[in-house]
Amino acid sequence: MNDRLFAYTLRLADDAAILGQRLGEWCGHAPTLEEDIGLANIALDHIGQARALYTYAGEVEGKGRDEDQLCFLRKEREFSNCLLVEQPNGDFAETIARQFFFSAFMLPFWEKMKASRDETLAAIAAKAEKEAAYHLRHSAEWVIRLGDGTRESHERMQDAIELLWPFTGELFEADDTVKALVAEGIAVDPATMRDVWGETVKKVLGQATLEMPEEGWAQTGGRSGIHSEHFGHLLTAMQYMQRAYPGLKW
Amino acid sequence: MYTQALNNLEAVTDVEDAGRNAAFQARVDNEYKIEPNDWMPEGYRKTLVRQISQHAHSEIVGMLPEGNWITRAPTLKRKAALLAKVQDEGGHGLYLYSAAETLGASREELNEQLLSGKAKYSSIFNYPTLTWADIGAIGWLVDGAAIMNQIPLCRCSFGPYSRAMIRICKEESFHQRQGYELLLTMCKSSQEQKDMVQDALNRWWWPSLMMFGPSDKDSQHSAQSMAWKIKRFSNDELRQKFVDATVPQAHYLGLTIPDEDLKFDEETGHWEYGEIDWSEFARVLKGDGPCNRQRMKARRKAHEDGAWVREAALAHAEKKKARKAQKAA
Amino acid sequence: MNEKTTPLWEVFIRSRNGMAHRHCGSVHAADAEMALQAARDVYTRRGEGLSIWVVPSAEIVASDPGAKDMMFEPTGTKIYRHPTFYEIPEEVGNM
Repeated sequence: MNDRLFAYTLRLADDAAILGQRLGEWCGHAPTLEEDIGLANIALDHIGQARALYTYAGEVEGKGRDEDQLCFLRKEREFSNCLLVEQPNGDFAETIARQFFFSAFMLPFWEKMKASRDETLAAIAAKAEKEAAYHLRHSAEWVIRLGDGTRESHERMQDAIELLWPFTGELFEADDTVKALVAEGIAVDPATMRDVWGETVKKVLGQATLEMPEEGWAQTGGRSGIHSEHFGHLLTAMQYMQRAYPGLKW
Repeated sequence: MYTQALNNLEAVTDVEDAGRNAAFQARVDNEYKIEPNDWMPEGYRKTLVRQISQHAHSEIVGMLPEGNWITRAPTLKRKAALLAKVQDEGGHGLYLYSAAETLGASREELNEQLLSGKAKYSSIFNYPTLTWADIGAIGWLVDGAAIMNQIPLCRCSFGPYSRAMIRICKEESFHQRQGYELLLTMCKSSQEQKDMVQDALNRWWWPSLMMFGPSDKDSQHSAQSMAWKIKRFSNDELRQKFVDATVPQAHYLGLTIPDEDLKFDEETGHWEYGEIDWSEFARVLKGDGPCNRQRMKARRKAHEDGAWVREAALAHAEKKKARKAQKAA
Repeated sequence: MNEKTTPLWEVFIRSRNGMAHRHCGSVHAADAEMALQAARDVYTRRGEGLSIWVVPSAEIVASDPGAKDMMFEPTGTKIYRHPTFYEIPEEVGNM
């Protein structure tokens, strides 16, 4: 088995699954009916990506684990999603900021991934790119709308940006796994995404009349399984059925 | 999904021009669709606004019991299907609010009526979803009952309602099928899961039968609704159809319907069922079901928490318009 | 009720290339971009569309149903506008 490819694919799968899980919590509780439906669409895109990526990770691993075993039967320290996606929904501004930061990274990421020498990842990227493009457009417009809207919405949006900012640094982190796969032409070097990400964020925050935070401290750890306190609770809900009723078909 | 025949009809007032009324009735009798700008009796308009908005409210409140399981769905495939289904219900609510809006009732006004407790919604959503099997039971029984109720509404005399229902019915059949398939998978997988399904059936069966509304003998307003072709079948007719369809489906799953009086009548070809507890129906409808207060609290919270977002969107749109005007000047 | 109303938009969707946009429903949105995205999210969940128009509902001008006879009746007698009005021997064929 290609250990690195397995670990790398699993990270991408975890990112998608955990963000999909968070967005799914909104269903039935969003600020408008239209947005309720919109957020569910984004969640469904992420869940779809997670399924494809977990399935592929399982194939690479070659131990017969399927998408559900990988998603529902691993423990806290085995999950390697970035910290950003696991952050709680908070108010609508926090959800939008999280989506915006993530999608602003994932759009150029998937664009590049389409050229991966790994055909499966390239194919997943081709589909995910279009989804990410819509997620970015949708979330960026909300950042602008809330930043420019009322005094209250401006403050909330600015607070959300500040709150989540420290988690954005992790997106650009490259450990040995990533570096080796970049050298093989399989992975995308996240460091090369920094400029385009920064430009997108700067442009949108500018239009939203929001302040761009200083570079500052980057909180990382997700890729090596060091998560936030919230994360165990997320898994508790998500994995409940498979833990309580092991080995059954649903 | 989910109209509940609540039979709250407005009588035709006699101040209205009898001639116009007769012409209107003739159009309805000839199966012409009535469109929003057409003249219509005030009673027809009010009945429709109330029925359509109740139907819309039911869709929206209906998102809550099922939404309760989105984060805990046992597989990714089931999670996606459930999320898509609950999202569809939001969509159905939206189509229906739009249909009601063509009659001059704004979404904000209708929502206000729901949140203040003035408007009713289907009593079924005041029951809790306790296990994963409840998600299957809702799809099979509650969406099944909704389909029975709704297919005739595709032919409703009011154009926008009928068109919304056609769209909804198309989407709804996925809901019912995913529910039944989910239960089938569980029943085949293990005895423990089958017991869970039986328990869900025991809790959802009677409330599902109540979804068709009071029995015909207690339902005074049906005649006018029938004449206006807002309603095509009586409550009991639809309920019987539902029982006849679902009893064999329950047997196929190897389940027992929780009704000791249930028996097949060879002569009529129908399943006879026992007496429905109408006092429970009245109580839940009045507000004293297991979750009425929680459902309303959740809706109010979503509405209040979202207020600043809606205000911001409007404020931004105003600013944008002003900037554009300034640029042009 | 103190909630400000959010404008209503009518949604038109082109289902396939070459087809006309068809009215399919409405959405609420503060501005045009929001309306377009809401229309996409609400009305194309099952691959129903290739192109969307949104129009502010308040901008639609409709004919008065009361004027229906005046508007549409007179055309009913102009049967000479239809090809079947003209009899051509079968062997001549169509164009």
